[in-house]
Amino acid sequence: MRKTGEPVDDTRDSLMLRTRGLRKDYGRDAGLVRAVDHVDLDVFAGETVAIMGPSGCGKSTLLHLLGGLDRPSAGELWLAGQRIDGMSERGLAALRRDLVGFVFQAFHLMDELTAVENVELPLLLAGRAARPARRRAADLLDQVGLADRARHLPSQLSGGQRQRVAIARALANEPLVVLADEPTGNLDSAATLDVLRLLDDLHQHGQTIVVVTHDSRIAATADRLISMRDGAFVDDTRLTGGTGSLLGSMAGLADLEG
Amino acid sequence: MQQEVVLAMLAKEPAHGYQLRARLRQALGPVGEALNDGQIYVTLARLEKTGLLSAEQAAGQGDRSDRKVYSLTAAGQQRVADWLAEVSWPRPDLTEFHLKLVAAAAAGLADPLAIVDSQRRELLRRLRDAQRAAMAEPDGSEAGLLLEGMVLRLQADLRWLEACEQQWTGRRARS
Repeated sequence: MRKTGEPVDDTRDSLMLRTRGLRKDYGRDAGLVRAVDHVDLDVFAGETVAIMGPSGCGKSTLLHLLGGLDRPSAGELWLAGQRIDGMSERGLAALRRDLVGFVFQAFHLMDELTAVENVELPLLLAGRAARPARRRAADLLDQVGLADRARHLPSQLSGGQRQRVAIARALANEPLVVLADEPTGNLDSAATLDVLRLLDDLHQHGQTIVVVTHDSRIAATADRLISMRDGAFVDDTRLTGGTGSLLGSMAGLADLEG
Repeated sequence: MQQEVVLAMLAKEPAHGYQLRARLRQALGPVGEALNDGQIYVTLARLEKTGLLSAEQAAGQGDRSDRKVYSLTAAGQQRVADWLAEVSWPRPDLTEFHLKLVAAAAAGLADPLAIVDSQRRELLRRLRDAQRAAMAEPDGSEAGLLLEGMVLRLQADLRWLEACEQQWTGRRARS
């Protein structure tokens, strides 16, 4: 119970993801690899958290655990207050469909479906009627700037456009959290900027996002940066800034005074 | 060249002037060829005067600075520790940062990876600032072009930090 007059910690009530001692092992005995090694993570609602680290540090594995794509070897995992590490396969499938939005490096769109059909698929799977599903899918495509590409097949779209379709699809069921694995890994710099703007926009609208990335531009849009090495967190920092206060020093304008 | 660089080369153990030069040369490779010996000795003399290091004449060697043994004073140790912890990147000085990692590892004064991490935090703050500003500029704005230059430069710096991280992670694993 809170005493009156005590500062209120809003974030405590809005823990979106929480892990304690989360672990994932591959192989056994001498060949044992601890891909994720006792990770404790708290992600609060509305936060964008970037996880960076060298290839093979376990960051993608961690993301898969967080989204219920893979099961931990040990440890505890909560999504929005619900314990999910011991959930049935069926429960996990529903959770992935309804509560989590995934964005992958390789887009993972269905090649034989048009953009709008890709976006409406998770809505139909969640039991929405065809007409409202189509309407929502069209709105989402509009939101990512692809209203005029709705009837195109993925093969008729550029990489950046495909990723934007994938992001629209990830948002279809209004997920509690969006999990993105190297979302700009296959994109050129102009397309990266589009995805960046989109993620930043989602962030401004309060979407909780966890993104695993090599791309420092993505990491720089996050509230928090976690560095991972050998399956464990080695650094967890809040990134302040974004106020423009550092621009003068970068431009070397400070020297004009002297 | 920062005076602290010369101090840091003494953090592991006291050294003769020529040993100190050799340490710098080894850390810098061909980049260090431009180093002027006279400049180093001037720096050493200045550091001695300010009390950051002490010089002891080896017996029977005359007054040759080459043969003096230089060691850090307590104040010098403190200065090196402060320098290692300090994050500065308004002027990207790669050499200074590189030597920071080398000195930190050699003297066991700080974890090179921790230095990389704090540097990365600082750069990401700057990238965040530059990027936000760049995204807010309309297409084709002149300021946008300048901001893009800053973003690209910071990205390059961050990529280099990734390489630093990999190299020093590897060394730690081997040691």
